[in-house]
Amino acid sequence: MSDIDVNKLANAKAKGKRPYFFDDPAVERVLSITMAVATELAVTRERLDTVERLLEAGEPVSKANIDAYRPDDDASKERQQWHADYIARILRIVHQELEAVENESLNEDPEKLADDFAAA
Amino acid sequence: MANTLPPTYDRNGRHPLSPEVDHDETARFNFLTNLNVHLGQRVSPGNRSAFEKRVRPKFKKETGKELETSQQVRDAMRTDPFYQCWAALRRNTMEQRQQAGRHVILRQLDDLVGEAKRYNDGKKTLEIDKNAEVPRYLAAVDNHCMPGSYYSEVVPDDILAGANYEAGVFVTTAGSMSSKGDGGGRSIVNFVKQKFPDFAPKRILDLGAGIGVNTLPLAAAFPDAEVVAVDAGAPMVRWGHARAQALGYDNVRFIHADGDALDLDPNSFDWVQTTMFWHETSTAAIYSMTKKVHDLMAPGGLFLNVEQPNFTPDTPLYDRFTRDWDSWYNNEPFWSKLHTMDVFEVMAKAGFDADKMFDGGTEADIERGQFQPWSSTVSRHKAESKDSGDAKHNAYKGERWYLFGGWK
Repeated sequence: MSDIDVNKLANAKAKGKRPYFFDDPAVERVLSITMAVATELAVTRERLDTVERLLEAGEPVSKANIDAYRPDDDASKERQQWHADYIARILRIVHQELEAVENESLNEDPEKLADDFAAA
Repeated sequence: MANTLPPTYDRNGRHPLSPEVDHDETARFNFLTNLNVHLGQRVSPGNRSAFEKRVRPKFKKETGKELETSQQVRDAMRTDPFYQCWAALRRNTMEQRQQAGRHVILRQLDDLVGEAKRYNDGKKTLEIDKNAEVPRYLAAVDNHCMPGSYYSEVVPDDILAGANYEAGVFVTTAGSMSSKGDGGGRSIVNFVKQKFPDFAPKRILDLGAGIGVNTLPLAAAFPDAEVVAVDAGAPMVRWGHARAQALGYDNVRFIHADGDALDLDPNSFDWVQTTMFWHETSTAAIYSMTKKVHDLMAPGGLFLNVEQPNFTPDTPLYDRFTRDWDSWYNNEPFWSKLHTMDVFEVMAKAGFDADKMFDGGTEADIERGQFQPWSSTVSRHKAESKDSGDAKHNAYKGERWYLFGGWK
């Protein structure tokens, strides 16, 4: 094996100034780590799904069987649907913020509302 | 809107040289593919809402003026919290995809280098120039956040850049380039066969061919032709040649060279093709290489290019911004320059006659049956841009691929 540091090289930074979009770069750093952790949870969930399907089929649950498993059309659709649902769940706040952009009536200030109704 | 589910990574095409992609690596690619689809189809439309409802009115209120350029939209959007989050996620997802793909290749690099050598060693169809200089525009920035770009080598006879490119294109494009990554090349062949049915090229040059994914359909469509694929990245060329050999193509010659320094016979090619090449090329090099292409072409030859369409005066402001986005934030700095270039003027300066130029569009061509029947493949650009523009010669109607070119 060549003497290379696989993780260091896999993580290498692309040449060119990296853009940061949030006002504070620390927010971007935390988001990036959070998404990496979310990715790894999805990986574990897909592995668990494979284990469940092997068990259900009465197959031995071995590392080799897990790695050799290929989902059929139905199973792969269920797994992709899980990813889609999962992503929708973890990005909830992003979608709520989008709703707030698109529908101003969702953005009433509760304190102001209380004052308005008190006056009435 | 019903969920759009992309095909799973295990349906990505394989060949004798393909790296091992284990269970968890496949799952990681699946997650990232789905995330790309979600960001493109579910989150990014919100940027348009933020633009219309918040960013544009705020700019008007603060300056008393209307937004006019895509750069102004970019700067104004940077203050919007919804856009900030989408953009951070999008950039991060690209970086994650690069990390995931590189790790797959790096952990088995010795084996893959050895396999590639087995296909490459002693073959006359592969030319690596150890003294070739990397063009400065390519060396200055790593295109689409691919660390080390197309040319860097971490071991002797390296193939990392090529193998990583092939492993990841499915994830970035959610399968919309087909399982072999050759959707562009297949579409080009359809276009040429339909528009120019009598065209029978004997020598074909694919400039900036990368690993040749889009070159091989040309070689398949014209099996008697001599096909030459040129790229400035040695790891791309090594991987591309080994891959072509593994797939049984022996009529494709791979040459490692900077297009500007290409030493081939003038007046010798019946067809010169570029596919998604110009947007990764500096403006100066586009002019010089188009001239070079004209010199290399045989009289009566075809010059054909595939790109996203350039802007026209009618391209809506917001679409200009979304289509320029990768230029600023996905390390593809020349794309925005290309968007406002007059490609027909470039060709005219290189010696092409205006009355022999043309443009047009063609749809994506994905072989039936390679992906699950429930899956769908939608390109991100198509999802994000309502109006794909219409180009100068007006033969383009918003298809997946924009083509332009000329006859010598």
